[in-house]
Amino acid sequence: MAPQGRQEILEGAMAVAHAVARCRPEVIAAYPITPQTHISEELSTIVADGELQAEFVKVESEFGAASVCLGASAAGARAYTATSSQGLMLMAEVLWNIAGMRLPVVLACANRSVSAPLSIWCDHQDADSIRDCGVIQLHAEDAQEAVDQHVIAFKAAEDRRVLLPVMVNLDGFLLTHVFEPVELPDQALCDAFLGKYEALYKLDPGDPMSFGCFTEPDKCMEGRWMIHDACLRSAAVIEEVSAAFARTFGRNSGGLLEEYKSADADTVLVAKGSICGTIKDVVDELRDKGRRVGLVRIKTFRPFPRDRIVAAVRGAKRITVVEKGGSFGSGGVVTPELKDALYDAGLRIPVSGFCVQLGGREVAPDGIQEIIDRVEKGEQVHYEYFRLKKAILPDLVP
Amino acid sequence: MEFKYDERVLKPGYTSCLGCGEALAMRLVAQACGPNSIFTNCTGCSEIFTSRYPASSWAAPWIHSLFENSAAVASGVYYALKHKGRMPQVNVIGTGGDGGTADIGLQCLSGAMERGDDILYVCWDNEAYMNTGVQRSGLTPLDADTTTSPAGKASYGNDRPKKDLPMIMAAHGIPYVGVASMGYYRELAPMVKRILQIRGPKFLQVHVVCPLGWKSDPAKSAELARLAFETGLYPLYEIIRGETKPHRPPKDGWRPVEEYLKPQGRFRHLFRAGNAAERITRIQALAAANIRKFYGPDAVPQFAKDAEAKLAEAAKATA
Ligand SMILES: Cc1ncc(C[n+]2csc(CCOP(=O)(O)OP(=O)(O)O)c2C)c(N)n1
Ligand code: SF4
Ligand SMILES: [Mg+2]
Repeated sequence: MAPQGRQEILEGAMAVAHAVARCRPEVIAAYPITPQTHISEELSTIVADGELQAEFVKVESEFGAASVCLGASAAGARAYTATSSQGLMLMAEVLWNIAGMRLPVVLACANRSVSAPLSIWCDHQDADSIRDCGVIQLHAEDAQEAVDQHVIAFKAAEDRRVLLPVMVNLDGFLLTHVFEPVELPDQALCDAFLGKYEALYKLDPGDPMSFGCFTEPDKCMEGRWMIHDACLRSAAVIEEVSAAFARTFGRNSGGLLEEYKSADADTVLVAKGSICGTIKDVVDELRDKGRRVGLVRIKTFRPFPRDRIVAAVRGAKRITVVEKGGSFGSGGVVTPELKDALYDAGLRIPVSGFCVQLGGREVAPDGIQEIIDRVEKGEQVHYEYFRLKKAILPDLVP
Repeated sequence: MEFKYDERVLKPGYTSCLGCGEALAMRLVAQACGPNSIFTNCTGCSEIFTSRYPASSWAAPWIHSLFENSAAVASGVYYALKHKGRMPQVNVIGTGGDGGTADIGLQCLSGAMERGDDILYVCWDNEAYMNTGVQRSGLTPLDADTTTSPAGKASYGNDRPKKDLPMIMAAHGIPYVGVASMGYYRELAPMVKRILQIRGPKFLQVHVVCPLGWKSDPAKSAELARLAFETGLYPLYEIIRGETKPHRPPKDGWRPVEEYLKPQGRFRHLFRAGNAAERITRIQALAAANIRKFYGPDAVPQFAKDAEAKLAEAAKATA
């Protein structure tokens, strides 16, 4: 039975740091970048105070952080890092390698815009742009979920059916720097839930093996397929681990999707991250007025929960993806993946994609409502920068 | 045979070129470290010629991650073992070529050294990016012809002298910096065993001949490496806790740089007709400076002083 925990008012990043500490990583390597910094600062304090027996490695860069985690994980240690934006970009090469070598490193991404133009504020272009590298991506809506998803992340990553890195996304500032009531996972429960990490393969003179050999064309594809396959199959593990987490800790923080009043909705919004809080408020308000609106929230973006999303939206008359990212020269990131899943399911539900909140631009409830009003009037857009301020664009832009 | 394979560390059958200095030095160093070691490897020749999946020449635990993060991966291994109470019983050995170490991997290496991580990092200095086809690196010597610093009608090859990586490492204040050579391969094993007694970050650079990249006789790699030292072009020394100990000077005195340059195709253009003699004078002056730095002004041979004087005169004339 889930115990009654104690809620505290904590800053999101601090709460994450304390949750991570309760997962007892053995090696932590992180480098400062706003808005992630409070996570690693707090972790270094926890280690400095002797509250956590871990090696806090003062690396020279995020590239170094990820590489230290890679080496530590390969040597059999539970390893953790946290970053944002430019830092994630600098890690990208290592992340591919961590996933390819099937090392269950856990990291947090405090989501932030990627330069240029330089912006420290939140969007999802950092996380979206590493979606293809074999890193499992969880997305939190609030600080509590960010906390809980870390516990789930370690458990799922280290599951021998998975053995892939897991990245917990929490919106920069919106979650990292806001004080919220949070219940930290109980240490004893956390210990029992995670257990000690025992690597399947590790660098060990007692049982020597080679990591990172190169392959010829006759074998490389199979290695890549194994990553793909493990990532796909991790969906079931994430659900299993999330259910176990809910039983142990009494909170439903994990899983692949959240279906919020979407079952009978004509208009279904699809989104991930903290904006879902705003969307839910708008849904509630419109529901009070009798409008059949709902939200399907993506909690696990990689693996992409195709079947679950299709099942969740198949009754809708129209679907609207609200994205904090996109792919320049193409369109959205989530939108096309959703369309792909619908197409294969034989569903021709109109889908619109709206890009909002790039570089931290605020979208208040009235913005969400405007999007809903427009699509309900029959408008369908492929991918639109919502409320773009055309007036401030330079003259040479047509 | 004095240099038998220790099959607990490295098995024979790897696919390096004939006369490859990197292969020889790597084996001698790795075997001196012994099976109770964990090796990390940059992308590069040594990685490729030992690790074609599903075979691996490595019998000791070994990991290759990326081109530029061998030092950071070694740090990660070190911290994992430290946490598990297994340091310093296990040797953590980072390795990489000159490119992976001095250029693209310098940041990770600097981080590991500055943090005081108890690892030994060994750089195989064959003076170019060999694995990708002999491109110039920061450790390519002055005037060497490489595929990205080609000699041509308007070029004498690489237009910069070698980056002084050992001194950069020494500036980190680490307890050990060493420069060794495959030319003195018998010295490698005892040296490594001594180094491994030192706690803290240790850096060793080993000069290794690449017959393919240097266009030299594969049967004469060790001889050529010795000439690099004996001409003063590649000083060998150790800096142990801040104290510099130069290698004993060549028995038969310092030799003119031509003896080292001439047998190598990468310097062939310096011996063609034209005004290349001035380039050799310049290289001789570099050797003179090295000899002076490590053995004092009296050690500089007359022919090297003459080269310096000639250069100084030429500089005055153009001024
Ligand atoms: C980030 C990155 N850039 C470039 C390469 C291509 N690359 C692989 S090995 C190599 C050169 C290796 O040179 P060096 O480190 O001197 O080792 P050597 O092969 O000479 O032993 C290069 C350029 C790479 N693998 N990764
Ligand atoms: S190219 Fe040079 S370094 Fe590479 S294997 Fe051949 S001889 Fe050795
Ligand atoms: Mg090289």
